[in-house]
Amino acid sequence: MTTADTSAPADLDVPLDVEELTVAFPTDDGLVRAVRGVSFHLRRGEALGIVGESGSGKSVTAMAVMGLLPETAQITGSARVLGRQTLGLDDAAISAIRGKSIALIFQDPLTSLSPVYTVGKQLAEAVLAHFDVRREQAWDRAAELLDIVGIPDPRQRVNAYPHELSGGMRQRVVIAIAMANDPDVIIADEPTTALDVTVQAQVLEALETARAETGAALVLITHDLGVIAGHVDRVCVMYAGKLVESGSIDEIFYTPRMPYTLGLLGSLPRMDQARSQRLTPILGTPPSLLHLPPGCPFAPRCPLAADVCREHEPDLVPVAGGHAAACHFSDRLIEVTPTDLFRPTATDARVLAELEDDR
Amino acid sequence: MVVYAARRLLAAIPVLLAASVFCFVLIDISGDPLADLRFLEPPPEPEVIAAEEARLYLDRSMPERYLLWMTGIGGNGDIGLLQGRFGPSVRGPGFDIADEIAARFLVTLRLVVIALLLAIGLAVISGVISAVRQYSAVDYTLTFVGFLALAMPAFWIGALIKEGGVWSNQQFGTGFATIGAASADTREYDAWQLFTDTAAHLILPTLALMLTAYAALSRYQRASMLEVLNSDYVRLARAKGLRNRIVVRRHALRTALIPLATVSALLVAGTIDGAILIERVFQWRGLGDFFLDSVSRNDSYSVMGWLMLSGIIVIAANLVADLLYAVLDPRIRYG
Amino acid sequence: MADIETRTAGPTLAVAAETINTEQRSQLRLALARFVRHRLAVASLVVLLLVVGFAFIGSMVWPYDHTVTRGVPSSVAPSWDHPFGTTTAGQDVMGQVMRGTQQSLKVALTVAVISTTFGALWGAIAGLYRGWVDNLMMRIVDVILVVPLLVLVTAVAGNVRGGTTWWAVALVIAAFIWTGTSRVVRGVVLSLREQEFVEASRAMGSTDSRIIVRHLIPNAAGPIIVAGTLAVAFAILAEAALSFLGFGIQPPDTSLGLLIETARTAPFTRPWLFYPPGMFIILICLTINFIGDGLRDALDPRQTMVRR
Repeated sequence: MTTADTSAPADLDVPLDVEELTVAFPTDDGLVRAVRGVSFHLRRGEALGIVGESGSGKSVTAMAVMGLLPETAQITGSARVLGRQTLGLDDAAISAIRGKSIALIFQDPLTSLSPVYTVGKQLAEAVLAHFDVRREQAWDRAAELLDIVGIPDPRQRVNAYPHELSGGMRQRVVIAIAMANDPDVIIADEPTTALDVTVQAQVLEALETARAETGAALVLITHDLGVIAGHVDRVCVMYAGKLVESGSIDEIFYTPRMPYTLGLLGSLPRMDQARSQRLTPILGTPPSLLHLPPGCPFAPRCPLAADVCREHEPDLVPVAGGHAAACHFSDRLIEVTPTDLFRPTATDARVLAELEDDR
Repeated sequence: MVVYAARRLLAAIPVLLAASVFCFVLIDISGDPLADLRFLEPPPEPEVIAAEEARLYLDRSMPERYLLWMTGIGGNGDIGLLQGRFGPSVRGPGFDIADEIAARFLVTLRLVVIALLLAIGLAVISGVISAVRQYSAVDYTLTFVGFLALAMPAFWIGALIKEGGVWSNQQFGTGFATIGAASADTREYDAWQLFTDTAAHLILPTLALMLTAYAALSRYQRASMLEVLNSDYVRLARAKGLRNRIVVRRHALRTALIPLATVSALLVAGTIDGAILIERVFQWRGLGDFFLDSVSRNDSYSVMGWLMLSGIIVIAANLVADLLYAVLDPRIRYG
Repeated sequence: MADIETRTAGPTLAVAAETINTEQRSQLRLALARFVRHRLAVASLVVLLLVVGFAFIGSMVWPYDHTVTRGVPSSVAPSWDHPFGTTTAGQDVMGQVMRGTQQSLKVALTVAVISTTFGALWGAIAGLYRGWVDNLMMRIVDVILVVPLLVLVTAVAGNVRGGTTWWAVALVIAAFIWTGTSRVVRGVVLSLREQEFVEASRAMGSTDSRIIVRHLIPNAAGPIIVAGTLAVAFAILAEAALSFLGFGIQPPDTSLGLLIETARTAPFTRPWLFYPPGMFIILICLTINFIGDGLRDALDPRQTMVRR
């Protein structure tokens, strides 16, 4: 499962195919199971969003696919880029794939770029790593890329150092690096989290441009549902290292079938709804991945939790067409809104009681 | 860049000035250059003591003496740092401190410089190996060696190495020269003989001095390299598809070297200390030996001058490090 | 609206109560737990205590001291009577090493306490008040740091006459070694000032002194303790060097540095004179460095280590 599968023909219709990926980290306190069996398929040109809280394992998944996890990480399962297995490859093999067939955009633009080299040098380097071209050609391409992602004065900026650019511009440089060699898959790991809201839109726009230029499929990882809306075709929701729901963007937003998804939607301030609704926070915190109790990991925070939930972890099963959810009671959630399920109140039980008294 | 360099240079001047006051006051009030004279048996005539006092300017007030020491104005032509004269010595009126220092300067310089360069080179290499192969047997060994070297007194390891050289000469007929910086009479030596003679005398002391400098650096380099290897931009470089070796060399190492520039200045001070000890162990007639001799004689002006000299060297090292820093790190180049 | 069985406030209260409980363990106990996990640091602590016991308690038990005693044969290799052998003058080396370690430890501990206290205060004041106070104080530190430590210490110790007791040696070393600590503490205080919990505390109406006592000192305690621990190692080496050069502890008293000086030419001829004092210095410094490392990890809550 983890040997380089060079004999299989490149499957151009499925640029990224992840099957039962698990990642565990040995630590002083024990084994942390960060990813516990994740599968998804990306079709050519498609945009997939992976949503989840911090610690849900979404970034680790991306790192695993790219082969960027430390050597101590224990990885099983399969991740195929254009039919080629990326797990367990040696340095030479994985380096040929990274930056060429699959590219990664990091979260923090302030630390993603090396401070001692110019932006142009770092861009040219990405090209020269995979193509045997002359330096001038690589630098021309660098200026061209800067222009595509919307950086003004590309010919000048090519000689700038990263610290001379703003956060938003730096992130656009990172996007330019990602699209430099026309990859088939671009993974964007929380590309807007570290940026101001006003800059987020610009960066997302640059991302769209990159997709349009290269025709690449996109995996957009974020905790922010607002970023997802309008930028992806399909969504996967991750919780405690596993996918708990997946479907088209309409299915997830309008007919969620897993309590966690409902909770996420309820926590999201919506401008598009006529009536003002109370926010419904999900009480409690995500479970420790070190000592995961049996059963559904969301049970301690779930309003629907019953004994069966604490004993058996639900599988991700189809609930309608391409829509799948991992919940024992997913059929109970048809036509349910977040306020039906979660109490729209403060987290403090005392305040809760006081509010009840006041009512 | 030039502005940056000029600015650093200018900033060093008040530090030098303050250091001169510090060195002067410290030595002036803590010691009595005439102590040996006063306690001679039989005690000398009061006129003799008074004459010595006048010669050494001890009959003036301290601020006056400081100004004399710095500028030489109002003196007898044997004092004035700014004029390149260190002052009269307890050793006698014919003894010129500046001449002595000049004669010994190169001797100590070659020891210190070579030891430092070796230490830095070795520390960088071991830091890279340790960080790239973290938690491996090599890493643990190198880390332990670093810890050990840090705990070992320089003079102890120096003595061990020296006697080891003697022993090795006896057992294996090796040609280590363990006493002094050069053979007694080298006037007849041609260039090649001079070179081998110097080298034979240099090997062991340099090895000893290098170990202590390496100790201070290696842990630091390992930590710095580790931090860089785990950084986002190194990860991005890998994500671009660059091979591991290129990533380590071009991205990690380059950035990990930056803090080295600041540590190196502290290192120079430590190496000066070490050189004093090593010169004693190997009986070199270098600057360190001169310093110790001056201290035991309470030769104030020699000691003050030596303190200033070491201070100037450290400040100069700081300046070089700052410039190196600016070359390596574009973020601080402008401003 | 669909008919859903929702849960009452009961279980959520349980969840909330559970989170409160886990935070009750004090920082000190957490730090202790983290320190104990460092096997090397704990082992070093044990070894160090053994060395201290050897030096102070052992010397009360051991029949020979460091002086020339009648009846002690000269230049004898290690034996049951004299596990570390004897010197040419007829001194028992074991007794010498015990006394030497005593003196060296006394000096080192005194230096560490004095220099860390003074340096921490200096750095804390500079960091807290900023402006010209900070400038002045740190310029003074810069000037002192310009001259190498051993050079300063030797120059002053060599000058001072009238017997160099271990007290005097400790004072001279402490007088110049505090500068390192002051820089570290100033850095810590500066960064703590800017941290949001200080601003939050101020926003809640805390006075300056309350912030200092409740927030700054506990957070700065960690680096100060680590700096103090490492200062002991520096001090041991400095005292040994000073005594080796003849400007530290003088005969007839002894210190580890002095012992090495007299045994300078002996490593291959009479190793029992040369190795024990050196080994003891190395042992003390090694263990202190490991303990310091363990303390640093234990007291810095932000570090999480992913090991093998």
